[in-house]
Formats: sequence, C-alpha cells, structure tokens
Amino acid sequence: MAEVNTDKGKDDGKKGKQKKKTVRVDFTPMVDMNMLLITFFMLCTSLSKPQTMEISMPSKDQVTEAEQTKVKASKAITLLLGEDDKIYYYFGEPDYEHAESLQQTGYSPAGLRDILLERNFDVVRRMKELKLKKLNKEISEDDFKKQAAEIKGSKEAPVVLIKATDDASYRNLVDALDEMQICNIGKYAIVDITDGDKFLIDNLKSGGELARQIARSNPKK
Amino acid sequence: MPKLIVKRKSTFIDMTAMSDVTVLLLTFFMLTSTFIQKEPVVVATPSSVSEIKIPETNILSILVDPDGKVFMSLDKQEDKANVLKLLGKDFGINFTDKEVYDFSLQPSFGVPIQNMQEFLGMPSGEQDRLMKDYGIPADSTDNQFKLWVQHAREVNRDLVIAIKADQDTPYPKIKNIMNTLQDLRENRYNLITSLKKMPDNA
Repeated sequence: MAEVNTDKGKDDGKKGKQKKKTVRVDFTPMVDMNMLLITFFMLCTSLSKPQTMEISMPSKDQVTEAEQTKVKASKAITLLLGEDDKIYYYFGEPDYEHAESLQQTGYSPAGLRDILLERNFDVVRRMKELKLKKLNKEISEDDFKKQAAEIKGSKEAPVVLIKATDDASYRNLVDALDEMQICNIGKYAIVDITDGDKFLIDNLKSGGELARQIARSNPKK
Repeated sequence: MPKLIVKRKSTFIDMTAMSDVTVLLLTFFMLTSTFIQKEPVVVATPSSVSEIKIPETNILSILVDPDGKVFMSLDKQEDKANVLKLLGKDFGINFTDKEVYDFSLQPSFGVPIQNMQEFLGMPSGEQDRLMKDYGIPADSTDNQFKLWVQHAREVNRDLVIAIKADQDTPYPKIKNIMNTLQDLRENRYNLITSLKKMPDNA
C-alpha cells in the first residue's frame, strides 16, 4: 500500500545488479497528528444534542366565564410541590377542615408515580394496548399518535394541577412534568399557588392545629 | 550445540492501517458532533424522559443559573446585532459599529444595557470573568429581559425559545421568567433537559 516495491521479480540472488529498493513511507507522524485531532474533537465537541420538553402555558388574556374549562372535581388531582423534594397532594376539592385530606409523598417511583398510575389506571391500560399494537405493526405511526391523543384527552382522564410553592426548585417542576409524561396524563397545567393551598400545607405541618384554632375562634358557623 | 542465530528483523511497523482507522474516526467526529457553546455559567439541567431534540437554528436560549441570574444567547450574528441596536434605542444609547460587531461575536450575553458599552470595551478575558457577576435584570422594577425577548422576536419571527435552567434554581425565579414570557404572549417554549431512561413499568 504505502510501500512502493521497485524490484520486479526476484533476481535469484544475483549480486551486483540493481539493489532491491523499497520506498516505504512512514505513517507514524500522520497517525500522531490524527490522534491529536481526534482528541481535540472529542474534548471540544458534544455528540448529543440537548433534549427538550415542550410546554405550552395558557395565555394571560382574560377569558370569559363561558370559555373557561371547568375541571370536574372528582377527576382533579392537585399537586403542591413543597420544600425538600416533598409533594403534597389532594384529590378534588380542598378540604380546609381536615388536615388529613392533604397527603404527602415524594418523587421516587413508589411515590408520585404510583398515585398517578392508580388514578389514571384506565388510560394507562389503554395506552399499553395501543403501544403493543404499534409494536406489532398493526397501526401506523400517525394512527398511533391520533389514538394516543384521543385516549389521553378522554373525559374520564384525570386532570392534574401542578402548583409549586416558593420553596420548590426547578428540578421539582421538571420532575413533576416528567411524571405526567410517564403516567400518560394528557391534561395538566402549571397553576399559581393560592393562599388556600399554603394554608393546607401549614395546617398539615401543625397537625391540624391551625384548622382547630380557626374553628375555636368562630365557633357557631 | 548449534548456535541460535537470531535473524535481524527490521522493527518497522506499517502504520498505514492505523492511519486509515484514525482518519475514519476523525471524519466521524467531524461530521456528527457539534461544538460546545461557551456558556458564562455552568448549568446542570434536570433530567426527563422527553426525547424531543431541540432544533439547530433559530434558538433563543435563556440560561438561568442557580442564583437566578439570566443570560441569553441567539445563534445568528445579524440577529444579535439588530437586537442590540433596538435595545440601545430604547435606552438612548448609541452603539458604535465596532461595539455592535463585538457584541455579535459574543457567544452569549448577560450584562445590563447600562454597562454594555463599558463591558464591550474590555479585553475578552476580563469579559468572561465579569459576565458571571452581571446577568440580565429580570425583576419587575427593571425588566430588561422582557425587552430582549421582545426585540429578539421582532427581529426574527421564527425563534424558538428554550429555557435552560439549573436544577437547583428556586422556583420563584423560574416563575418570574415564565410570567414574563407569558406577558409577551410567548406561550410555547422548550425546557432543556438531559435524557433519562423511560421506566419500563409505565
């Protein structure tokens, strides 16, 4: 390849004639240089493009009463992202009188995910079937997307409201959004936290003491 | 005893094949990888299962460090130049052509507009060091961040907004940025995350 062999046929050991000459090109410096270049590229570039999560927020324009989508209380799950990677959650309407109505969990698979999967049981089951169908090439990619959107948007699917307290970190928010994707929840929203929700957390921390105090201060109501 | 005659062999190793391999590897790296953008602060993004890739061009990326400082970057030089001119007009600052050119060469920016001229006059080593301490003001009293986004949108309609925030950034800082974007009716944007494997049970 790189060596140019100039001897044409063997001369059967006859001396005095033309000397056998091989012109070999030494490729070692070339390899050295290439290795340097490779090292440079490996250190200064990145192979993977960053992943993104697409979110769309509601616009701030005033919406009239008629346009507002009311969430069925029985289907609503409210997550309050608290401090130290804690999540407080309640189903349906907040219950300000009973501290126990607010429950606490974490971001581990056994925590939030189990709750959501259980609540979203029907959708998860149908999604699994759909994924299986796609795996067996029974439906096309487009059909899969259409049907997946249909299942996720069905009326029976739960609606998750994510409310982050000021103590939560950005990771908490992304983790919560992530769980939505894992648990096939199609309807979720990031909502500002209300004073009522803050009260619920404080109430739980004090073991229901706050609610009792309020009940004591205005007894007959 | 027969003498063991060691034949003298040349130690010449043929490097041709090796060279072929390295050239192939080099080509692979050159074609597939992209250069790492220099960022003023190191940001550890949170991980998610989302597998959507970010588009390559027309990105307005918003970098938020753990303290909530905001930096921005645009990928087109002419966009950067135009945005700076527009913002200068708002604040009554006239940037010279050289300043605009210097600005368009910056990989990212994050200096209050009042300090911009002084900043652009510095040597680049100094700039890198100082950039960390500045950040674009994004609070309600002096929301330059909002103006930057607004002008960037005016200059380039196809911009995709991507927020790259550190995982330990407190939520109020992020909320502030999201609210600002909402004010500007930028309701769709991307959150840059790193990849995590989708759990099997779901």
